[in-house]
Amino acid sequence: MIKIQIKKENILDVDFTIESGDFLALSGVSGSGKTTLLRVLAGLESADGNIEVDSEVWLDSKHSLAPQKRGIGFVFQDYALFENMSVLQNLLYVKKDQKLAQKLLQITELSELKNRLPKTLSGGQKQRVSLCRAMMKEPKLLLLDEPLSALDSTMRTKLQEEILVLHKEFKTTTILVSHEPSEIYKLCSKMILLSNGKIIKKGTPKEILLKTNGSQKFSFSGELLEIKKVDVIFIAIISIGQQLVEIVVNENEIKELKIGQIITISSKAFSPTISY
Amino acid sequence: MMEILQNLDLTPFLLSFKLAGLTTIILFVLALPLAWFLSQTSSKFKPLLEAITALPIVLPPSVLGFYILYTLSLNSPIGAFFDEYFGVSLVFNFTSLVIASCFYSLPFMVQPLQSGFESINKNMLEASYISGKSKFTTLFRVALPNIKPALLTAIIVTFAHTVGEFGVVLMVGGSIPNETKVASVAIYEMVEIMNYSTAHIYSALMVTMSFFTLLAVYIFNHKQKFSGFIK
Repeated sequence: MIKIQIKKENILDVDFTIESGDFLALSGVSGSGKTTLLRVLAGLESADGNIEVDSEVWLDSKHSLAPQKRGIGFVFQDYALFENMSVLQNLLYVKKDQKLAQKLLQITELSELKNRLPKTLSGGQKQRVSLCRAMMKEPKLLLLDEPLSALDSTMRTKLQEEILVLHKEFKTTTILVSHEPSEIYKLCSKMILLSNGKIIKKGTPKEILLKTNGSQKFSFSGELLEIKKVDVIFIAIISIGQQLVEIVVNENEIKELKIGQIITISSKAFSPTISY
Repeated sequence: MMEILQNLDLTPFLLSFKLAGLTTIILFVLALPLAWFLSQTSSKFKPLLEAITALPIVLPPSVLGFYILYTLSLNSPIGAFFDEYFGVSLVFNFTSLVIASCFYSLPFMVQPLQSGFESINKNMLEASYISGKSKFTTLFRVALPNIKPALLTAIIVTFAHTVGEFGVVLMVGGSIPNETKVASVAIYEMVEIMNYSTAHIYSALMVTMSFFTLLAVYIFNHKQKFSGFIK
């Protein structure tokens, strides 16, 4: 069990616990303190409060354990591989454990690339190496700072699966910073939503991410891009995820809408069909 | 012509290289921790340290030479201390040249190393700390190997700059054959006594060696950029 209670100036003020083996998502708009929280947990930034990991104190009012001494694995958004070392050397630098290194490379299908230098790898390959390197320490807590945000969607799906495999294999307590609802839903068992350094929602991804309430069957949030007048009706162009949709609105509704606003589109009585 | 070449005294060159080699080794050891510290610190004293380190670049060599000469001479407590307890004089000998060169070339070692360290992705260093490695291990196994071009530049430029110094060595060392008469001073002397042919040969030697050294550095740095695989 990991107990976290951290306060840092006006940037961060959180108090929560994670059960061992949990996969926790950390979400929130940029500047909400997600990365700062990870860096404080890793000991890369100072803060007040307490961090207790399986009854081992990492931070209290008197001392703060150095990053070197914390059982942490950290995956950076920009990979941060050691450019002067091959893939295998990157792993062995952390711990001289050939067996573990080979096992990790095998799970992530990197065995053939083990003698390559990082700069000859693709983004997805680099991030897998980074993930393996973080696992080499067999950390008590694995921190993933938007690890997949720089990758395309196919690569992201593949890596999500590998992260899941690794999590099942090693049962490492993990915190993932992510903006992607589908990613969070697939990977995580718990979720925390941060805003201005404070926790505003806590629960399972389903509780937080499913936007429908009451009798709503469908609910999306999107950005209002434009309102057009076509003959006698008004059409709102709304961007939802990667798609644009048109919705008919009446004259009264227009008065309350502003271009650029984030709005919710929901529907009640109809049965959707799925095609592909 | 052949006669001039046969009688050519190359000791000034050997002396220059010995001086530059020693200075480079000493400065590397001293400047490495300083450059690393400057690149990592956020202390408010950093600009002060940086300004002091950069002083030899802007000061006229005569100013630097004068202060070093004064400090090492028997008139100052430092010079007097060495004379009294070790029986060594610190002026007008090879030792004084090494000390003076270390001051004179300090920024040329510190600055490339510092900017090299500063250009390293901070996350890479943090990844090393998180991997359980100390700052010392990180410096030697992650930081230094990743700034090879800067490292080479620092070493070569320090060496070349020391070979090329003139004002400071003349003031602190004078021109004692086999002791302090380095190549640049020798050329000056040859011109003064109007021995232009020797001055020409000395100067041409300097130009050729400097050019090929720099060429080698640039070729190495160019290759570094395009290499991919560990052999």
